[in-house]
Amino acid sequence: MTDETNPYGIETLAVHAGASPDPVTGSRATPIHQTTSFVFDDVDHAASLFNLQAFGNIYTRLTNPTVAVLEQRLAGLEGGRGAVAAASGHSAQMMAFHVLMEAGDHFIAAKQLYGGSLTQFGQAFKKFGWDCTTVDATNVQNFRDAMKPNTKAIFIENLANPGGVVVDMEAVAAVAHEAGIPLIVDNTLATPFLCRPFEWGADIAVHSLTKFLGGHGNSLGGMIVESGQFDWAQNDKYPTLTQPNPSYHGLKFFETFGDMAYSVAIRALSLRDLGPALSPTNAFYILNGIETLPLRMERHCDNALKVAEFLESHAKVEWVSYAGLKSSPYYDLGQKYLPRGAGAVFTFGVKGGFESGVTLVENVELFSHLANIGDTRSLIIHPASTTHRQLEEAELIAAGAGPDVVRLSVGIESVDDIIRDLDQALAKV
Amino acid sequence: MDHERYSDDYIREILRQTKTIAMVGASSNWNRPSYFAMKYLQRKSFRVIPVNPREAGNEILGETVYGTLADIPEKIDMVDVFRNSEAAGAVADEAIAVGAKILWMQLGVRNDAAAARAEAAGLKVVMNRCPKIEFGRLSREIGWMGINTGVISSKRRAKL
Repeated sequence: MTDETNPYGIETLAVHAGASPDPVTGSRATPIHQTTSFVFDDVDHAASLFNLQAFGNIYTRLTNPTVAVLEQRLAGLEGGRGAVAAASGHSAQMMAFHVLMEAGDHFIAAKQLYGGSLTQFGQAFKKFGWDCTTVDATNVQNFRDAMKPNTKAIFIENLANPGGVVVDMEAVAAVAHEAGIPLIVDNTLATPFLCRPFEWGADIAVHSLTKFLGGHGNSLGGMIVESGQFDWAQNDKYPTLTQPNPSYHGLKFFETFGDMAYSVAIRALSLRDLGPALSPTNAFYILNGIETLPLRMERHCDNALKVAEFLESHAKVEWVSYAGLKSSPYYDLGQKYLPRGAGAVFTFGVKGGFESGVTLVENVELFSHLANIGDTRSLIIHPASTTHRQLEEAELIAAGAGPDVVRLSVGIESVDDIIRDLDQALAKV
Repeated sequence: MDHERYSDDYIREILRQTKTIAMVGASSNWNRPSYFAMKYLQRKSFRVIPVNPREAGNEILGETVYGTLADIPEKIDMVDVFRNSEAAGAVADEAIAVGAKILWMQLGVRNDAAAARAEAAGLKVVMNRCPKIEFGRLSREIGWMGINTGVISSKRRAKL
């Protein structure tokens, strides 16, 4: 009924992309293919699969039919060419870099990132010989200034966790492309319903599916999506994609797979050798969550804006950093990149600093005090004492997680109940 | 004819009416893209006849290699061009001369003048696509690799 001449709307993609009735049984919901391995038709079929000459399943570490529906769902939602699922957002990030980087290579990341990403880039990746420079993403020139001959990528969150910072993605993409390198965008907080990074020049999107996409706080998962638009052969920076690969008898990924080379290489090399495959059962739960993504995001954003407005007028609140508020320095960028809403995760400063933050999180009744975001439930955390505690004080402030900062992930409950809970807890501060 | 975007129905119809493909620029080297495509298409019941002057008389995947399209003693439905965009011009003229019904230029190959000549002679033309990928996409098989087929269907069997 429709095709590349007439694409589907995002609400349709959220329900259908990648999923068709099972051809053998007619099952309409996506079956959970809880199997490690798949039989070959014959020896020649097996050889074709191992040589990447046929499409098909060998082993669930590489491909699985349930996981593949989820991969296509994300590729469809993002308007990308292909996608690879991972066991978590963190392992997705590791694999996103694995085919781009050699030991001794460098990349640039925004300072305004999820604290776990800053630790992964600054510490775990250092052990691989991958060097990361972090820069203040609110000034695009900083990315240009940090560029080196061995820089292989720029990494940003378009809507940064936890500071509510909206990065000027189109301008950062231009800096990356001037240098002949891709822009990788962590689109976890916005989700493709609020923002599609490829429409603004990004080349790769990564996700923690654990958050709004899965949406119900029950399953970990990660995803890498490629736009299919990046020319990996424009320079000699990406030998894994352009040079003969010894483990596939000299196959060149970009020459053979063209606009899907990056995702095929991640599957054939990174999933194969590093191994963080997503469980089919988790894929099933996340697929169920995604079907209602547009409905949930609308409610999340409506509630978040009302909660932010309430807090902004509260006597015990020093400041609120939510890009949906007109007072936010990121309001204009939010209107440009996130016109449907500025997400549901934001921070505010409670008067009295560290102690007040602790008192608040210990006195909420409806909000859950835990280290996750993007659940149907409203969530609260004090980053300085939890998620960001690995960071030094200066890094805390740079990451938007200073001692007075409280982070909310506003759920889809009745907004009056959410506000009443915060009001009673703030009264105890 | 818009050669930026093709409707799924246009590609489907071409793949349905094709039984024999002459693959110009076929390689005997197993890790070349043309070999991947030929092997896949053979498994999907297409007859693929390789064309490559340097390999004429040899065999690739059980099929005799011919030096030119005109040397092939059988009727050809599709000419699949694994040559660069410039070389595709001469291949198009040969395809018209042997009475092929479809001129298909591979991913990265585009020659608008050649396409116009072929269309004027009554051929259907596809450019900058791969028949293996399009078959895999419309049969939904390529989705097993996490590739976006763009196809949504509530039908049990893929339309192909």
